Amino acid sequence: MSSSNSVTERLFNGLIKENPTFVLTLGMCPTLAVTTKAMNGLGMGLTTLAVLALSNLIISLLRKVIPDRVRIPAFIVIIASFVTILQLLLEAYLPSLNKALGVYIPLIVVNCIILGRAEAYAYSHPPIASLFDGIGMGLGFTVALTAIGAVREILGQGKIFDIGIMPNGYVPIAIFGLAPGAFFVLAFLSALQGFVKLRLAAKGKDVSHFKSGCLEGCASCASAGICKGEPAFYDTSAKENTGDKKEGE
Amino acid sequence: MEEKAVSKFKVSSNPHIRSRVNTSAIMLSVIIALLPATGYGIYNFGLRALLIILISICSTVLTEFLFGLIIKKSTIADLSAVVTGLLLGLNMPVSVPLWMPALGGVFAILVVKCLFGGLGQNFMNPALAARCFLVISFSKYMTDFDCDAYTGATPLAMLKAGENVNIYNMVIGKIPGTIGETSMIAIIIGACFLILLGVIDLKVPGSYIVAFVIFIVIFGGRGFDPAYISAQLAGGGLMLGAFFMATDYVTRPVTPMGQIVFGIFLGVMTGIFRLFGPSAEGVSYSIILGNLLVPLIERFTKPTPFGPGKGGRHE
Repeated sequence: MSSSNSVTERLFNGLIKENPTFVLTLGMCPTLAVTTKAMNGLGMGLTTLAVLALSNLIISLLRKVIPDRVRIPAFIVIIASFVTILQLLLEAYLPSLNKALGVYIPLIVVNCIILGRAEAYAYSHPPIASLFDGIGMGLGFTVALTAIGAVREILGQGKIFDIGIMPNGYVPIAIFGLAPGAFFVLAFLSALQGFVKLRLAAKGKDVSHFKSGCLEGCASCASAGICKGEPAFYDTSAKENTGDKKEGE
Repeated sequence: MEEKAVSKFKVSSNPHIRSRVNTSAIMLSVIIALLPATGYGIYNFGLRALLIILISICSTVLTEFLFGLIIKKSTIADLSAVVTGLLLGLNMPVSVPLWMPALGGVFAILVVKCLFGGLGQNFMNPALAARCFLVISFSKYMTDFDCDAYTGATPLAMLKAGENVNIYNMVIGKIPGTIGETSMIAIIIGACFLILLGVIDLKVPGSYIVAFVIFIVIFGGRGFDPAYISAQLAGGGLMLGAFFMATDYVTRPVTPMGQIVFGIFLGVMTGIFRLFGPSAEGVSYSIILGNLLVPLIERFTKPTPFGPGKGGRHE
């Protein structure tokens, strides 16, 4: 097994390198809709993590039995089963969270991160690696949603995890609780993580593990039309060829 | 001697003849044109109005300065940040807490202008976007027009409730409202100055106001009632918006036909917001909504060049 399929590499890939929210910008609908509070972001992230890890595992186990032509319906059936199980569990044990997340729990079925990982990874990789790919992606999603939720909750309500942290005179900026605020925070946090990666690259730190991480090559990549085969701008391994020129300018 | 000759003849690519009118000259004329409205606002609402305007300007200029430090490019001298700050201050009620213009200024310059590439690249009027940001965030403060000078509803709110208003006071500006919008006369004086200088023309404001009046006559429920129409024109931010914010070079269409379409769109939207929307005012939302449509409007109103080929298109 190559090193790119090891457990830690998969976790790192999902959390940082290919963070589903900030780098891949997948699953925008729940990202923007439920992150009004840090708790909602965390709940949504963990629910997605559970579905992602389990569906990745099962799809990987069944990958040799599922016929190629009906793989998408098969994926959906597996994913939908797990979503149903989780929704029933949430209704039973965490009714308040279930109410807060509302329709976005059943909508996890059509979350493109899950179908995307099933198609791009689990269907062509062994079970353990797929499981940890799901966990890594789920963690990345959870961290991103919790971060967005935390910023929106602090600015929009003056609280974090429902605990007031702002001084008494603080007037909540209501827009951060609304849809525009979700876009502002998502954009700023994405820019921030890109900026940090760029800074690390500029300082000459080894950031080869940050590179865009196109696993499958351009042929099977949905974004090939956008990036035109050029690696991401902070991909230092590619910059070694062209970057020196830019340094001299 | 030789050096002098060299410096006299600049070697550069065309254009070789440049207009003396530059960004800072235009911005300066806009600032001068806003002075009557500003002055009347301070006279009307007291020195606190001046304080709010100054905080707003300081905030926008300081934000632009700091962002300039980060990107190592100073754009303070073009005065556009001062205009943004001034317009933002004029768009606020006098009773807002003092940190609010500061926050609005940072939002206007940082988020709406600088992050999109600075002056010329902003897709929305920064001052109005900041105003809408503040109205959505702090609607309690931003729509509270009670102050020392006035209590009670704005004329537009009274019109919406079906009450009568004093037109004379509205034209002069002795009404509650934001700092800069109340006096129709002061705004018109400034607008005339800009039109005489050729900084703005009547395409956008004219079509805006005409379309708005036609809309009000048709849907206002009062028919052609001059008192009602003039009250709608003089109340709220229509005049300030039409002459000073809809005409912003960056966020209006460049094509002549597009400017008229833009104005008509703004007039209709303002009418819809005022007559059918939940709040009494809708100028700022109409203008930023119009700003978003500018690329589309320009695309459909592109003038065809005279002369070449069939259908007047270059190949």
